[in-house]
Amino acid sequence: MNDNLREQLLVLPAYFQGHLVLTLIAMTLGIVISIPLGIWAAQSERVKRPLLTLVSIIQTFPSVAILALVVALLGGRIGLVPAITALVLYSMLPIVRNTVTGLETISADVVEAARGIGMSSQQILVKVRIPLALPVIIAGIRTAAVWTVGLATLSTLVGATSFGNYIFTGLQTRNLVAVTVGSLAAATMAVLLDSLIGGIQWLMEHRNERSSSVYARAKTAVLAAVSLSVAVVAYSLMPEEEVDFVVGGKGFTEQYIIAGLVAAELEQAGFTVEQRLGMGTEVVYEATANSSVDVYLEYSGTVWANIMGRDDNPGRQQVLSEVTEFIAANDSMRNAANLGFQNLYALAMRKDRAAELGVNAIDDLLPVADDLVAAGDLEFFGRPEWLKLREIYGIDFGEKLTFDTTLMYTAVYERQVDLISAYTTDGRVASFDLLLLEDPLNALPPYDGFLAASESAMANPRFVEVLASLQNKITDEAMREANKIVDVDGGSISEAVTYLQSLID
Amino acid sequence: MIRLQNVSKTYDNGANFAVADTSFSVEKGQLMGLIGESGCGKTTTLKLINRLEEPSSGAVFVGEKDIMDSQPEALRRNIGYVFQGIGLFPHYTVAENVAAVPNLLQWDENRVQARVQTTLAMVGLPYEDYGDRYPAQLSGGQQQRIGVARALAAEPEVILMDEPFGALDPITRAELQEEFKRIQAELELTVIMVTHDMTEALLMADRIAVMKQGEILQIGPPAELINSPQHEYVQEIVEMPKRRADRLDQVLRGNGAGVTAS
Ligand SMILES: Nc1ncnc2c1ncn2[C@@H]1O[C@H](COP(=O)(O)OP(=O)(O)OP(=O)(O)O)[C@@H](O)[C@H]1O
Ligand SMILES: [Mg+2]
Repeated sequence: MNDNLREQLLVLPAYFQGHLVLTLIAMTLGIVISIPLGIWAAQSERVKRPLLTLVSIIQTFPSVAILALVVALLGGRIGLVPAITALVLYSMLPIVRNTVTGLETISADVVEAARGIGMSSQQILVKVRIPLALPVIIAGIRTAAVWTVGLATLSTLVGATSFGNYIFTGLQTRNLVAVTVGSLAAATMAVLLDSLIGGIQWLMEHRNERSSSVYARAKTAVLAAVSLSVAVVAYSLMPEEEVDFVVGGKGFTEQYIIAGLVAAELEQAGFTVEQRLGMGTEVVYEATANSSVDVYLEYSGTVWANIMGRDDNPGRQQVLSEVTEFIAANDSMRNAANLGFQNLYALAMRKDRAAELGVNAIDDLLPVADDLVAAGDLEFFGRPEWLKLREIYGIDFGEKLTFDTTLMYTAVYERQVDLISAYTTDGRVASFDLLLLEDPLNALPPYDGFLAASESAMANPRFVEVLASLQNKITDEAMREANKIVDVDGGSISEAVTYLQSLID
Repeated sequence: MIRLQNVSKTYDNGANFAVADTSFSVEKGQLMGLIGESGCGKTTTLKLINRLEEPSSGAVFVGEKDIMDSQPEALRRNIGYVFQGIGLFPHYTVAENVAAVPNLLQWDENRVQARVQTTLAMVGLPYEDYGDRYPAQLSGGQQQRIGVARALAAEPEVILMDEPFGALDPITRAELQEEFKRIQAELELTVIMVTHDMTEALLMADRIAVMKQGEILQIGPPAELINSPQHEYVQEIVEMPKRRADRLDQVLRGNGAGVTAS
């Protein structure tokens, strides 16, 4: 078997368990909350309208935004709780709506007969309306189940393990095997869960055949599947051994590599470590502030712009020291080590194209900018960096296109565009041999990589010592090379970590 | 046993009366047929007796008691009702449907079981063959018979039937009419039976009430209605079976208007 595939299958049980736990708990809570709400709404027009509107609105929120909001509302808590909360919110619409529809579409004749033979409204609800609405309600639950399995992949973004770990890591590191394994696993789980619910429904609808052998076999299968799932959930909810430190990270290659490096160094020092990767900036920052995460790679410019809301540029050292003070004073975090490299936005172009135009620095572009086609990643032209560039140099391009990062590099390499927004440590800058334009007016804020650590972890002197040993150990070239190992050469994260360790020791 | 006293029912604040100032009574052990054209208020009249509807004015007594003094659920459990739309519970088996009222009355399990078997036998659908089926697995006529069984199951003294035999073939229908009449007489059940079929009313009812536009035009034993109809509509409707028989006779002799071509 292919090494990469073997490596992916090794983590399958852990991801499967994480994904199943998320899905089952979220579905159980979703059902327990949504069905009573639906029943309530079906009884009262005054409840129905606002409730259906509310659950529909929740559904229109982008899922990533809901996750970030939930984390913020829970005070920076990451992991199962925010992930499940978001999944429950998302599961509500189909269940509530189908419960209401199911209850409302029952034949009036049958309800009248129930009343006519002397059932109370309570009995009519429990003995007639709910059982008759059940197929529609279950259809809603099945829809919700399929959505929940799909959306649970996003839980990775808030630090809960799921098949999303395959997908996000795989997309970032261009590991298509990981992406495929993750997607297939999620799809399989969706199909299995759907069939399980379908099986339960079949059993309920064929009660009058309960003496048949088909019924007995179906019942055994359903019971086995349910017990197995419950066992997995119970097992994973058992308090596990606390690890000494949690290493966090955002969702791109450099983050995975540095997290791997930090984890390896801490383990060498005898600590147990868990990694929670693929989180969004706000999420991992909040999580470190409240010590759910102990250390992760942050950039001075990110804190400067996104969290401190600054858009001036007093210079690299000044920004770094102000950021260090800010996180300590406001969010009980420490700067445990400046790693030495910068990962900032820069404008990059092919060297031959730059020579053709006689361009070395951004201000050299001014005379020709109107004839140039620039490409940015998905956010670049909306970011403060670009606005700042435009303001300070008074520059704009003839055409501005937005690309997925991978396509963007290909586009500049194949001369479809003249220049792109690049990250200075991106491995592709090296492999495509691109020129990073100088920024003589310091328009682009500096992005020094540093290890942001939680206050509680910094109380451990050995931890402080291990992280401090990484101070200024990684140059721009080293980081670029490490990224290239993964992004361009198709190597694994651990290969890149080994490479960096070889430079450090 | 059942007595209506100046009962009116309007659904639109008095613009129209589904039942207008109606009074009649049915003695214990009697079967009253209620007949009249579509929309004349027959179903409404039945519903007023078990409080599925409440009168706009007037009073209804069942067993000498004003029904407004009984708890509606308790009242309904003691009155068998065969619904015009049948209204079997699709998610209950035949046996569960028949057991519905006894279960509401919290009979013990053995008694319910035994009663379900007897009642199903009465309507000619033996428990062994039909008990475990769902209503969707029955023909329309079989469903109707289960509707009758459900109404009989809790041994009520009063039964209200809204076109109970409408969907049956003539032979089954005749059998069931006879069987029901026998049970009714034996158990001295007090019954109001809505029907569109005058023959059925003439054959089964002790008395017949003819209704039109919410009013009862005439009420009396079959012979009285036939011999001295007090209303053109009553005459027309009671003569219907005889007119049809005559016509049938003509057809059989080969000189019916419909068969002569010229
Ligand atoms: N819930 C209701 N709301 C308003 N009008 C109603 C309601 N139920 C019955 N009606 C009206 O009352 C009148 C009597 O209706 P009812 O159902 O008693 O007729 P019926 O004699 O049983 O007719 P059929 O033989 O067609 O069953 C009709 O004009 C009908 O439209
Ligand atoms: Mg009717």
